[in-house]
Amino acid sequence: MNKVPAMDEEPCLQVRHVSKRFGEGCDHCLGGGELERNICPKCKTVHAVRDVSLDLYPGEIVGIVGESGSGKSTFMQCLYFDQIATAGTVRAVAYDGGEANLLELSSQQKRKVRNTVLGMVYQNPYLGLRMNFSSLSNIAEQMIAAGNRNVESMRARGNELLGKVNIPLSRAGDAPATFSGGMQQRVQIAKALSNNPPVLLLDEVTTGLDLSVQASVLDLILQIKRDFGVSMLVVSHDLGVIRMLADRTFVMLNGQVVEHGLTDQVLEDPQHSYTQQLVYSLL
Amino acid sequence: MKELLKIDDLSKSFVMHRAERRILGCQHIHLSLMPGEFVGITGRSGSGKSTILRCIYRTNLPESGAIWYDSESFGALDLCQASERQMIYLRKYEMGYVSQFLNALPRQTAYDIVLKSALETFGADEEEKATWETERMLRHFDIDESLWLLYPRTFSGGEKLRLNIAAAMIKQPRLLLLDEPTASLDAASKVKVRELIEQLKAQGTTMLGIFHDLEFMEGLCDHEFNMQKGEIVQ
Repeated sequence: MNKVPAMDEEPCLQVRHVSKRFGEGCDHCLGGGELERNICPKCKTVHAVRDVSLDLYPGEIVGIVGESGSGKSTFMQCLYFDQIATAGTVRAVAYDGGEANLLELSSQQKRKVRNTVLGMVYQNPYLGLRMNFSSLSNIAEQMIAAGNRNVESMRARGNELLGKVNIPLSRAGDAPATFSGGMQQRVQIAKALSNNPPVLLLDEVTTGLDLSVQASVLDLILQIKRDFGVSMLVVSHDLGVIRMLADRTFVMLNGQVVEHGLTDQVLEDPQHSYTQQLVYSLL
Repeated sequence: MKELLKIDDLSKSFVMHRAERRILGCQHIHLSLMPGEFVGITGRSGSGKSTILRCIYRTNLPESGAIWYDSESFGALDLCQASERQMIYLRKYEMGYVSQFLNALPRQTAYDIVLKSALETFGADEEEKATWETERMLRHFDIDESLWLLYPRTFSGGEKLRLNIAAAMIKQPRLLLLDEPTASLDAASKVKVRELIEQLKAQGTTMLGIFHDLEFMEGLCDHEFNMQKGEIVQ
């Protein structure tokens, strides 16, 4: 008889009705009036993220696709507190047993969430790394922020992580500024993993990398999922990346989720006209 | 005895927004499979055969009707209403789907593709058994040992297909969906596939298959249906 593990019933990250707008809003747009794409025609408020809800379960990868300006990165930034969400709740089992709304924490508590619950990998490595400090120091910084004060253990962990992401030990002391784009992304991933967060947020991590480097980063992501069982939220405009990584996929347009489903279903049988257009554009 | 799969008035059409057209997939399908049965569907291409299988597997989103599946983990379940998470779970542990196309991830070796399926089935701590089964399966389908550690992208069509079938069949799912698994295979490979289907049937696997060549189906099917224009005619 084959061993069948039970299905995880509880999401490790629960996102409900998250919205982000740039601008005050007016009676028209806040009252549910028509927008021009995601901009209010009356007050010109930009509704970047509108009422996005999703659940992320342990060990799964959820993809978010959409065109530039669809709000997918803003949504990720709201989850990582780089942007302040206008409304909504985010709960993580790893913080306070899932009781607290992470969006309403104090800035000190948010820092703790950023250090221990969430790991973020940005498209632009300049946002995630200190380019002129060594790779090891970059990783150590994250561990110090989480309360680690033991230099030896941090060095060991840093070397272990850099090995994991295939950065040669001989370069561990070098600054990411001297690395190629693919290596910088891998250092970012090592840094994001340093405190074993249960959730990893990946924002267009392979965009701008050449194909073979892209491939090695994707391989690494899958390997990390296998080895650590980390859940991931992956934002990309590249359907190939999503097809390779994600179990489930959400499609965003003008700040809203227009469709979601199993990744192969979204790609093979897209329902929304925008998703169909997106899939037909596949090379 | 209770049906393992009971399709009740399933319809599916595809709305193509750009062309403002609705394309019929399958209409008012009624079909049931008892545990251990092998049911074959024939019909011309475009008659909606694959759509039925894809609706069961949720690669296509069913439009109306019900697909009752007697799941080991969830009990009786309408696959049209099952959650995404449940479908992922069923795909991993209860259902297999063999298509004509290899849809494995790129940059995995032939060996790893089959081993990954085996490990999902036998559990991560049964590596020895999984390895053994993987090698047995690769040999059964005549995939030369020199290819095992290569990426299938460079394989011939037949090699890809045999690899695909090996990965799906090693899981010994309760319900195996076969979407023209022999379409582009030579005679010798077809026999290999047939042998394995017979073996799985002897083990009690329930199978729903689409086949073009009627000869291949002969003596294999408990029931046979023919489809025309999205409907079952016999």
